[in-house]
Amino acid sequence: MLAPNRAAGPHRVDHLLIAEMVKAGSRVLDVGCGDGALLQLLADTKNVDGRGIEVSRERVNACVARGLSVIQGDADRDLADYPDGAFDYAVLSLTIQATRSPKTVLEQLLRIGRYAIVSFPNFGHWQVRGALLLTGRMPVNENLPEAWYVSPNAHLCTIKDFADLCRIVNARVEQQVAFNASGQKLGTWLPLTVHNLMGEKAVFMLTRHGAA
Amino acid sequence: MNTASQRDFLKSTDARVLEAQTPSSDHLVVGKERPLRLDSDRMLSPYQIAYKTYGTLNADKSNAILVEHALTGDQYVASPHPVTGKPGWWETMVGPGKPIDTDRFFVICPNVLGGCMGSTGPASVNAGTGKPWGIDFPVITIGDMVDAQVPLIDHLGIEQLFCVVGGSMGGMQVLEWAARHGDRVFTAVPIATAAWHSSQNIAFHEVGRQAVMADPNWAQGRYLDLGIEPRNGLAVARMAAHITYLSEEALQRKFGRSLQDLAAKSFSFNADFQVESYLRHQGSTFVDRFDANSYLYITRAIDYFDLAAEHGDVLANAFKGTKTRFCVVSFTSDWLYPTRESREIVQALNAVAANVSFVEVESDKGHDAFLLDEPELFATVRGFLNAAADKRGLKLAAERR
Repeated sequence: MLAPNRAAGPHRVDHLLIAEMVKAGSRVLDVGCGDGALLQLLADTKNVDGRGIEVSRERVNACVARGLSVIQGDADRDLADYPDGAFDYAVLSLTIQATRSPKTVLEQLLRIGRYAIVSFPNFGHWQVRGALLLTGRMPVNENLPEAWYVSPNAHLCTIKDFADLCRIVNARVEQQVAFNASGQKLGTWLPLTVHNLMGEKAVFMLTRHGAA
Repeated sequence: MNTASQRDFLKSTDARVLEAQTPSSDHLVVGKERPLRLDSDRMLSPYQIAYKTYGTLNADKSNAILVEHALTGDQYVASPHPVTGKPGWWETMVGPGKPIDTDRFFVICPNVLGGCMGSTGPASVNAGTGKPWGIDFPVITIGDMVDAQVPLIDHLGIEQLFCVVGGSMGGMQVLEWAARHGDRVFTAVPIATAAWHSSQNIAFHEVGRQAVMADPNWAQGRYLDLGIEPRNGLAVARMAAHITYLSEEALQRKFGRSLQDLAAKSFSFNADFQVESYLRHQGSTFVDRFDANSYLYITRAIDYFDLAAEHGDVLANAFKGTKTRFCVVSFTSDWLYPTRESREIVQALNAVAANVSFVEVESDKGHDAFLLDEPELFATVRGFLNAAADKRGLKLAAERR
């Protein structure tokens, strides 16, 4: 699986993990695709038929100019346009915390994709808890770089919070992975409470209950 | 408009009428064996499509790009216009090393049906009467323009076009190609366009047509028979339309309230303001190269365009099952075909899970931006086409040389 030294490479660890999860040649929608790094990785390594949605016009233009199929749009508004099951995977990487309505967005992902893959920064990480406890202020660190008043993050959550939401929207967790601060995967045998404390970022692969 | 001498009028008219009837470009005559059934259910046969090509068609005929022109465009996309001598209308986009690279791609640009640069239209001679068609020419649609181009693509031996690209009315033809002949379109690039013509846009067209028809020299459309032409009416139509191609910001920046070669207001109805002088110039140069009846027919075709209505009022149905890869482009300051109308196309394509890219280019130049030097537009088209060419296994320009 992921060797720790690869975390220092050009690819984000959550992207590398998603690239492992996705089957070769599948159809992938990357919601909030940014500069297209994940779509490029998936195209290069898994020959996927990839599409992206990105809110920033400059980033969309850069993606299209490098040959990726990306549209300017926003997760809260534009997912409703896609038909049921249009993609094998609907991916939302480090974006759900910045949506206006994470529950609706997650439901849409589960509707559009046979699998939904969601990664997010874990607000339950011990450093975040420690910073909040010791300083009494919203933590600012590598994963949460902006002060609360400029951050696009509107709905930060912990791994346990997200697991709760999965139950609420009737999603089945197919895989759940957490990465520690050095980008290493935490053992899957560890209980959720440990992931919630030690995991800096988490990746969930979900399906609709009764589907897939 | 009334500064040039009558002799000059006739000279430009002659050159233009000559081009309309015997084009100096390549042209294909589609004979009686392949009549065109128009959307009005009238039949048109024989008819002619004038076109220009650039670059070289490769051995397996997989590198052809069909460029569709806008309302007042023509086949001279990347070479000088035979009547005006001006450079091609999209030389920033099409040519060697340009985003639509003629070292890599074979570019075909036809004059639309109803046009006046050699494709059959109201200025052409009606074989039945031996006289110019005038307003006896059947009313045509964007779909008819596209269907009339199919024999040309067949004639060139091309099974599937690598790309169909165009802006404004050209973009409507792109959409219609994808809807009617989707299996023959590998990629489609509709730019600064819409899936239907809005009420406001129909209104502007009607002003233009009324200006033409109110000119006594229009003579119920028979002006070519009489050796006259409705120059004033057509110039006014062009002036009104030209305003819609710009933006308030661009006009203000370019002209402001500046006076034209005057120290003070003249207290007359002369063209005191630079913007007036500019528009009059646009009007008078336009009539040198364009046929008034063609203007009526083509604006009508655009008005009638409604791709959703053609498909049970559901735009997505136009693209059901499409394999074509789309790249939709709009411009922030385009109020003729605003971004929201491009977004409707994108939504319809998403609804059928089509492969679509969508870029909104930031520009203050209005609708005309698609014809101008817009680096973001060029980067988008270049990147999209090159990625698609790789998918199709087309060789790079350097490998072809």
